[in-house]
Amino acid sequence: MADLDFSDLRRLILKGIGLAALTGLGQIGFGLPAAEAAGDKYPEDAFRQKSDTDAIKALYGRGADASDQIKLDAPEIAENGGVVPISVMTTLPGVTSIAFLVSENPNALAASYVIPDGTVPSVANRLKMAKTSNVIAIVEANGRLYSATKEVKVTVGGCGG
Amino acid sequence: MSARALFSSVLTALGLAALVSAMPPAQAADTPDPAADAKAFRDYFVKKFPKVKLDDFVNGPYSMNEDMRRQWEEKEQFPPYEFALEAGKEMFATPFKNGRSYADCFANGGIGIRQNYPMFDAKEGKVVTLELALNRCREANGEKPYSYVKDEMASLTAYMAFTSRGKPFDIKIPDDPRALEAYQEGKRYFYTRRGQLNFSCATCHVQSPGERIRAETLAPALGILNAMPIYRSEWSGMGTISRRFTTCNSQIRGVPLEPQSDEYRNLEYYLSYVSNGLPISGPGARP
Amino acid sequence: MASTIRVRAINSGDITEVQALIQHPMDSGYVKDAQGQTIPPHFIQQLTFEYDGKAVFVADWGPAVSKDPYVKFAFKGAKKGDDLKVSWIDNKGASDATTAKIQ
Repeated sequence: MADLDFSDLRRLILKGIGLAALTGLGQIGFGLPAAEAAGDKYPEDAFRQKSDTDAIKALYGRGADASDQIKLDAPEIAENGGVVPISVMTTLPGVTSIAFLVSENPNALAASYVIPDGTVPSVANRLKMAKTSNVIAIVEANGRLYSATKEVKVTVGGCGG
Repeated sequence: MSARALFSSVLTALGLAALVSAMPPAQAADTPDPAADAKAFRDYFVKKFPKVKLDDFVNGPYSMNEDMRRQWEEKEQFPPYEFALEAGKEMFATPFKNGRSYADCFANGGIGIRQNYPMFDAKEGKVVTLELALNRCREANGEKPYSYVKDEMASLTAYMAFTSRGKPFDIKIPDDPRALEAYQEGKRYFYTRRGQLNFSCATCHVQSPGERIRAETLAPALGILNAMPIYRSEWSGMGTISRRFTTCNSQIRGVPLEPQSDEYRNLEYYLSYVSNGLPISGPGARP
Repeated sequence: MASTIRVRAINSGDITEVQALIQHPMDSGYVKDAQGQTIPPHFIQQLTFEYDGKAVFVADWGPAVSKDPYVKFAFKGAKKGDDLKVSWIDNKGASDATTAKIQ
């Protein structure tokens, strides 16, 4: 949850970065609303949502269809719920955004990535998982939304203490 | 002392001397043979895990479990101990207030020597670990010692381990009965049950490596110190050998000893010696 | 103060693979300290990679990203020796930036 006292200042700063980042993005242009939204503004509302469906709705405005063209790599059993290496790659063309959600986390959306033209649609990151949960990867491609899901088991660390 | 008492004590001394000289040095009833120990130790693990390459034992639980191994390999691409390692390198190069530096306290300027620790110090008659040597270096140069369990000590030992990566453990037990005794003490500690859970180190790390204790996969004792110091996800940070020994004691509901107490120094001596030949892999990452 | 950002950008043919590791607590706001006090949320919200004045990758992060966050991605069109600018801003308004050379 962001510090509300600084929210206005923060939005200004973020917008500044976003604008600088968009300068020269000739190939994307400002015509594609999804890319602009993802690249320009920090999706605060989406991060506040609890459920994965609500977070996806807040982030993209619609639901996703399962796709077998998304390869979601995550462990069977996380060695530690605090640092779970998860990666996604896809053969879908025209990817503009990739997001990761952990359904059982207090707020499902973990991370969202802008994939400009010329960037490979593949991301690896390390996420926190509160408990055993589905991990959902969302890929936005050519204006449509696709998903892949995998369950990752999270156990409490052993050996007492 | 009366003349009789004096005479008697002299005789006793002579008698003892005669006894000692008559007895060949290594022929006590229970002769420690560290080399045989080490070989037996290694053979035990190699036999128990025929698919694991000898050098791979230093990777602890990752040599035992494929799913965990993949997670570890992913994280090793840009490992969580990166910052501690960097900090350690900088600390090591920074001179003390008196102008001298860590390099002055160690052979080869402290570079590529981690695999020689712990070593037996003949003058002191005790085992000296790397962590101990570092703090003594600090104190000898007018600096305050660091906590043994984490932070600066972890960063420094991370750097020193890094400069020795790949080098095989080369622990020496000199021909000195005190060194042999320290080794034996370490071995005894390792196999002694303690704590409310009544576990010895061997209970988990010799009897049950690769198996789970609750949700954690146990590491084999062979090579278990080679990756130290480690970034443990459980600690969300770095920890030294001292940290691991003390927390392990707590976890089996025993009373943790003070870091660098004689028992721990001897334990480290034993554990390192029986892993001779296996490569230093530190600093490491663990769950 | 040293940068919090570590970057490795390796170019091979047309593709440059980028890995970044950033020193940041990424406190979620759900964890209590030893005294039982909740540690307030403190996490990077946006991480941007720029090449030739354009964003080649933007990460929008929440507190579920691990401590000392890591990310890996790849992009086309760069060459060895070119600059890659990396910058982040967190929920407290703090920021850091660095420029790395593509190897």
